[in-house]
Amino acid sequence: MLYRLRKDFLLPNKSAIVKSMHEMSLAMSIVEIASNAARSQGGKIINHVEVEVGSLAGVMEEALSFCFAAAAQDSIAAGATLKIIPVAAKARCADCGEIQPIDSFFDNCPRCQGHQLEIIQGRELHVLSIIVDE
Amino acid sequence: MCESCGCNHKHDTLIRRPDTVDPAPHTAHNHVHGDGHGHDHEHEHGHGRKILVEQAILSKNDQLAGQNRRQFQARGVIALNLVSSPGSGKTTLLEQTLKILKTEMPLAVIEGDQQTMHDAERIEAVGVPAIQINTGSGCHLDADMISRAVQQLPVAERSLLFIENVGNLVCPALFDLGEECKVVILSVTEGEDKPQKYPYMFQAAQIAVITKTDLLPYVDFDISRAKSLALHVNPDLRIFELSAKTGLGMAAWLDWLRSLRA
Ligand SMILES: Nc1nc2c(ncn2[C@@H]2O[C@H](COP(=O)(O)OP(=O)(O)OP(=O)(O)O)[C@@H](O)[C@H]2O)c(=O)[nH]1
Ligand SMILES: [Mg+2]
Ligand SMILES: [Zn+2]
Repeated sequence: MLYRLRKDFLLPNKSAIVKSMHEMSLAMSIVEIASNAARSQGGKIINHVEVEVGSLAGVMEEALSFCFAAAAQDSIAAGATLKIIPVAAKARCADCGEIQPIDSFFDNCPRCQGHQLEIIQGRELHVLSIIVDE
Repeated sequence: MCESCGCNHKHDTLIRRPDTVDPAPHTAHNHVHGDGHGHDHEHEHGHGRKILVEQAILSKNDQLAGQNRRQFQARGVIALNLVSSPGSGKTTLLEQTLKILKTEMPLAVIEGDQQTMHDAERIEAVGVPAIQINTGSGCHLDADMISRAVQQLPVAERSLLFIENVGNLVCPALFDLGEECKVVILSVTEGEDKPQKYPYMFQAAQIAVITKTDLLPYVDFDISRAKSLALHVNPDLRIFELSAKTGLGMAAWLDWLRSLRA
């Protein structure tokens, strides 16, 4: 039997458990970056935030959304929606030079089975844009 | 995060030397926001004005880490960021390492734990300056904590500065502190599949130390499999095998540390 914590379980306050994941730090940075961007351009309320997250960035989408809601609570981004745009990972093979999509750090080159893959895409962690009310 | 005080919720991070008394808890302000945030937030994201941001989420940490790195370089300080699961033997390895190196070069240690001064006290007992960062509920050190810690810790020029991160194989992988490199420590009691389960950390590290090898006769730990899994995620990883308890294998690790300083 697999039990799951209800998603809203810890939302009312930023409890220790929520903070004890790096997604909470990232969520707090997203709120800070978004708030600064909004203020510098005359935005009063943030309705929506778009971020891009690489598949090898080490971030769980679900945890990030969950933490974002908590991190935004006392800010001008409170209640804003978060859209996470995934970026698929790609690597260049040191042996054959091919650039190919990969799923994990454990993949071998799909073409020559080489081990030495240099990751060229998939670590992205960016705030792309926000939508604000003046 | 707290918008009014800009404190980034670090009220529960404490940084102090082992010989100091507990500072008063940081309660300079409370978090009542009387500025009208209580309105209804039922916005649809369809309306409003779009602003392009295009900023790295970790940009603030990365900037501070860059500042730390430049400051270290200017003073000839080499910082190493030690990461592992809780209890893998980071502090014990440091104690044994410092005992030998302290006659050869200036050393300093930053200890990160959620609670207690234990590890900084263990380091100071060896005769090396140490400072403890207690992250409270936080699960990793960040560059800001390090820059605050080095303001209070006497780090001599041309020191080797060891930073023992909070025991956690996940979160510290993402946070640059300004170190020369990350050293991931894996003890033989943890199971050889750790590189497979926590690939981000093994990817982020340049050095891996397999510790507690004196316990190999008592555990089913396939050390060659551990090494090949680690190298599979990170072909450039340099691996040391040692026991901080018996000293076996310490020589190669110490020589590598000396070579950083040479
Ligand atoms: N047998 C054996 N035990 C060791 C060795 N190194 C550390 N230990 C033991 O492992 C336990 C944890 O060691 P620490 O050095 O405190 O581990 P740590 O990684 O600093 O722990 P945290 O800071 O709490 O994450 C202690 O009981 C040590 O005595 C070793 O090489 N061999
Ligand atoms: Mg320790
Ligand atoms: Zn190939």
